[in-house]
Amino acid sequence: MAIGVTTTPEKSKPSGSIINDPQVRGIFYQVITLVVLAAFVYWVADNTIENLKRANIASGYGFLNGRAGFDVGQSLIAFTSDSTYQRALLVGLLNTLLVAICGIFTATIIGFAVGIGRLSHNWLIAKLSLTYVEVFRNIPPLLVIFFWYSGVLAILPQPRESAALPLNMFLNNRGLAFPKPILGDGWQYTLFALVIAIVASIAVARFAHKKQDATGQRFPILWTVLGLVIGLPLLTFFATGSPITFDVPVAGKFNLTGGSVIGPEFLSLFLALSFYTAAFIAEIVRAGIRGVSKGQTEAAHALGIRPRLTTRLVVVPQALRIIIPPLTSQYLNLTKNSSLAVAIGYADLVAVGGTILNQTGQAIEVVTIWIVVYLSLSLATSLFMNWFNARMALVER
Amino acid sequence: MTTHQATFVRASMIEASSPPIAEGGLVRWLRKNLFATPKDTVLTIISLLVLAWLVPPAIQWLFLDAAWTGGGRGVCATVAQGGAQPEGWSGACWAFVNAKLDQFVYGRYPLEERWRPTLVGILFVLLLVPMLIPKVPYKSINAILLFAVLPIVSLILLPGGWFGLTFVETPLWGGLMVTLILSFVGIAVSLPLGILLALGRRSHMPVIKMLCTAFIELVRGIPLITVLFMASVMLPLFLPQGVTFDKFLRALIGVSLFASAYMAEVVRGGLQAIPKGQYEGADSLGLSYWQKMNLIVLPQALKLVIPGIVNTFIGLFKDTSLVSIIGMFDLLGIVRFNFTDANWASSVTPISGLIFAGFIFWLFCFGMSRYSGFMERVLDTAHKR
Repeated sequence: MAIGVTTTPEKSKPSGSIINDPQVRGIFYQVITLVVLAAFVYWVADNTIENLKRANIASGYGFLNGRAGFDVGQSLIAFTSDSTYQRALLVGLLNTLLVAICGIFTATIIGFAVGIGRLSHNWLIAKLSLTYVEVFRNIPPLLVIFFWYSGVLAILPQPRESAALPLNMFLNNRGLAFPKPILGDGWQYTLFALVIAIVASIAVARFAHKKQDATGQRFPILWTVLGLVIGLPLLTFFATGSPITFDVPVAGKFNLTGGSVIGPEFLSLFLALSFYTAAFIAEIVRAGIRGVSKGQTEAAHALGIRPRLTTRLVVVPQALRIIIPPLTSQYLNLTKNSSLAVAIGYADLVAVGGTILNQTGQAIEVVTIWIVVYLSLSLATSLFMNWFNARMALVER
Repeated sequence: MTTHQATFVRASMIEASSPPIAEGGLVRWLRKNLFATPKDTVLTIISLLVLAWLVPPAIQWLFLDAAWTGGGRGVCATVAQGGAQPEGWSGACWAFVNAKLDQFVYGRYPLEERWRPTLVGILFVLLLVPMLIPKVPYKSINAILLFAVLPIVSLILLPGGWFGLTFVETPLWGGLMVTLILSFVGIAVSLPLGILLALGRRSHMPVIKMLCTAFIELVRGIPLITVLFMASVMLPLFLPQGVTFDKFLRALIGVSLFASAYMAEVVRGGLQAIPKGQYEGADSLGLSYWQKMNLIVLPQALKLVIPGIVNTFIGLFKDTSLVSIIGMFDLLGIVRFNFTDANWASSVTPISGLIFAGFIFWLFCFGMSRYSGFMERVLDTAHKR
């Protein structure tokens, strides 16, 4: 609206010049943006089609059924060089998920420990935690990966001089060898028992909650659930005659035989991602706990609630509310950082995709697959965490 | 009434007695901070044991046993490995870092032309330092010199090809120089672009809003390495035949676009934190959209999100190390490249090189985070709770 133009209160039509009407201007700008964008997309598409025609690359996803012709170092499902590209990408995706889930699990544990450590009254613990955070936060994750890969794991002893670890595990420069479980007849019953135990635990938790709401009496949920989840499968396991045996790695003259081996690629990626992300999680946890006002603790103490219960019932639930949203983005960051696997040759989605890209030249298709997969992973994680967050969030009017 | 006869009146004050030994000095500090409860005591003892187990060997390895000088792998390998060190020796190989330091800074930039990056570096420091100290005047001239004149000067000096300077192609660039150029350009591009994207995302025009949101969410959803692959593999496909982009420039575009999406989200947080009354107040004064943003909203919003902005800068600085995956030699890339040098191949070379690179990255990132804390205190003029 131009200054100085008098408008009537009812204002049936815009007065003043049409050039100064913000709505008309808005539409004008948007039309211009759309036209420029359309022209740009047309130009890019035209160039791309031209370039692809010249390079003799057929666009489309037909190449996915072709023979891969390369091997991957570590795979969760059966894969040979005769498998299709499609299967190779699936192997990559599974490897990405594997390292991301393992990393998230460990990073959460280390992060919470360090974050709580930073708030400790113990001077030494607080300073050590601070040092950990400041060191790992300020170093590129790629460098941490290389540190483990070419700095630490590469100078471990040769296989024939493997370092023996407890539980029949061996560590050498080809990775970590550990006993491989062999499933005998009837192992399904143990799994079945575990499922039953989990279902029963949920039922017990519900019952306990109702009971507390009705009578005010607290039911020892933790111990019951622990007993159920650990005890029931163990009982079934022994009742069915211990159907799982272990193939123990044995140190031979030159190499280890038997057992399973986790490659140094996975180990270094996993360790680096865990340690790196843990530093960020620690800061989030610290901020979350600090964010709960001291009045809450004092009020709980004034009500006569014991310190341990105060932490569990008053501080932690409120802190989690602050912690969860940024924690989600750290989990997503870890998943995205797992793509750094390509630098050390761990066959994750990006590494496998890169190999396929080099072999077939199907750049657009491979990049599209990357984008779709990572976007869906992000979306799935944030949907889950939003659901969790909604359950945790303060119920307000 | 009888008057009480005072039998004893103290004429002077008693000397203050020293507090109980448990309540003062070192003992009190120890009791309060290290041995307050049995649990604390256990934790302290465990940490002390861990420290005693880790720190002396680390110092031994890093400093006392380290090979500081020497001209080849001999100084960093044991006799059995063909070197000069006694059997069982292990220590940092700083001689390797020492010998390769020039390369770590300049990459494979021609020796006789290295005065050019050095000159740019000196100019950069001379312009940056007064920019960072709040009390130094002439900030606007300084900013123009730093963000407009210096890039042009660098564009002439670094690649050369003009005014009789020999042309140095970008594959020869490397080391800390590349890391710093990438981060400086990334920072200088991503902040304004991020602000524009954030404003676009909060715009009332649906088309602009949708485009900005789509761009931000798309870029934030995928890893940087795929963006870099896109820049290095897909960009040539999009351009007409014959038009080629320099690889360095492509990485630069990738890194800048990636960082600007993150910056946009940080700035959006600041924009959302500004009360609606500020926007409405600016509107009622008759300010135009850009006046409203430049004079009223952005100064407040950006001040609020300084920690977030600096975090994005630090993230960007660390992320520049990823260009080594697409075959460029930034600091990390050139350090790793030198592991293959047969003249220096030994079992401790990689870890020494990586520790050195890590220390350099750490210095820059830690410096940035410290400076952001300082800036927060300087700008914290109001709204103190």
